[in-house]
Amino acid sequence: MTDSLTELTIVQARDGLAAREFSSEELTRAHLNAIEAARDLNLFITETPDLALERARAADARHAKDAAAGPMDGIPIAVKDLFCTEGVLTTAGSHILDGFTPTYESTVTANLRDTGAVMVGKTNLDEFAMGSANVTSYYGPAKNPWNAGDGKNRVPGGSSGGSAAAVAAHLCSASIGTDTGGSIRQPAAFCGIVGLKPTYGRCSRWGIIAFASSLDQAGPLTRSVGDAAIMLGIMAGHDAKDSTSAPVEKPDFEAALGGGVRGLKVGIPREYRIQGAPDEIEALWQQGIEWLKDAGAEPVDITLPHTKYALPTYYIVGPAEASSNLARYDGVRYGLRVPGETLDEMYENTRGQGFGAEVRRRVLIGTYALSAGYYDAYYVKAQKVRTLIAHDFKTAFETVDLILTPTAPSAAFVIGEKMDDPIAMYLNDIFTVPASLAGLPGISVPAGLNPEGLPLGLHLIGRPFDEETVLRAAEALETAAGFNTRPAYLKDA
Amino acid sequence: MPLDRSTVRNIAFLARIRVPEEDLKRLAGELSNIIGWVEQLAEVDTDGVEPMTSVVKMTLPQRPDEVTDGAYPERILANAPEQMSGYFAVPKVIE
Repeated sequence: MTDSLTELTIVQARDGLAAREFSSEELTRAHLNAIEAARDLNLFITETPDLALERARAADARHAKDAAAGPMDGIPIAVKDLFCTEGVLTTAGSHILDGFTPTYESTVTANLRDTGAVMVGKTNLDEFAMGSANVTSYYGPAKNPWNAGDGKNRVPGGSSGGSAAAVAAHLCSASIGTDTGGSIRQPAAFCGIVGLKPTYGRCSRWGIIAFASSLDQAGPLTRSVGDAAIMLGIMAGHDAKDSTSAPVEKPDFEAALGGGVRGLKVGIPREYRIQGAPDEIEALWQQGIEWLKDAGAEPVDITLPHTKYALPTYYIVGPAEASSNLARYDGVRYGLRVPGETLDEMYENTRGQGFGAEVRRRVLIGTYALSAGYYDAYYVKAQKVRTLIAHDFKTAFETVDLILTPTAPSAAFVIGEKMDDPIAMYLNDIFTVPASLAGLPGISVPAGLNPEGLPLGLHLIGRPFDEETVLRAAEALETAAGFNTRPAYLKDA
Repeated sequence: MPLDRSTVRNIAFLARIRVPEEDLKRLAGELSNIIGWVEQLAEVDTDGVEPMTSVVKMTLPQRPDEVTDGAYPERILANAPEQMSGYFAVPKVIE
């Protein structure tokens, strides 16, 4: 019974709780036990068992009165340690936030908490969400529950690596992450689960530790497309506390499912056929096209001419915004303080010791790009190219309803690889960054295995605020792929 | 344009990040590689293109200029590394 409870999707857990087949406390305990048994994966920075059990009991009291607070009342979730959680240590995976315990709750986690979701802990991530392999965390790398049987640990992807791996390893029914250039979708692909980045503005950013404010967006990581729809419905919504939160209607995302893809036009961008990608990536993409065609969609060749400039654009815009956002970590108001003779020395010592190598690199690049004499050449130039990239998508969406691409250019790699070459690491996000720059919704759906037995994902991009079509098509891919392989970690257990 | 050590020293000062003198050379190399790679943006014709300011077409919302939050200094100070008489405390600043 305990084992099978960790198998359940949100839909199954919701139905089981409503039918009183098990209690939230039982469901929560099963996951807390699994978390304890999986500590070798290093997926959680903070476990919150006492808080979880307290919330589970409160959920059980509501279920006993048939008064569930929402579709996820009593369901265990993990939270990326980038969301501020009241009374619970929040680190952003950084030394500089040592001991930081927020006195407030982010809007997205408050939406989940207030409708009964049970937080079991805060997950590992790349420091300040800057990374694609969860190897820049001050708390050490998170490990992917998938491996190739060669005794080497794979990265879970990043930056929401702990959140993705925790769902894949059945340590929670679902989790939440944030995506700036691919940080939900790429780890979802590496861990064989579903990861949805909503349209920029769909979910409030209030209380999420900022990396790049024009790109950051929260989203769900789940074991099914249906679960992603349910969870997005709870997370999303206008929030007056985030001035970039969009004042738009929140549709019933779950109701959009089951619609199929008959008659939809799906764009296949020729620029995403990159040299040097392994054959299995191209093969899976072709398979995805066939699946959608068989389901009644019409593939259409499209062009997104500025695709090759997306990553260099991202690596100016992201670091520029980060250098500004991270200026607040000065050792004065929270977190680490390393003393100095003067105020400036205290700032320099605190930030010098508090930030890891990748964060330091990006803050310095951003500072350079924004500094006098270089602002126009780098930052303004990048924002102009960004306009062109967004325009490419706008033009494409005049003829197609969706765009299909691979999620990442490879499967999960071995921990330690690509560490000495920042640009090789940045290339992980080559298929996800363009949609981020344009603020578009995207989803990664697990679609197959590479020859080593590691999962691969397919990526759908939609029109702004059209998550419904994205979810419908993702469900069609999910049905066709029938992906039900389990990570080696679960088989070994 | 490759960054030299003195440029890196200057940016590190602007960013208030202490970088040990012996790390400057390696860091200059890493940053130069990244800057060199992003400089391919120069080949894109952006004449007459507006720089992006927001991905979603919306005007910033306005609200009445009223105090809607606050009056809990103890919560604001709760995480302060050092505080004194209800204020954040920092090393003495003498101009």
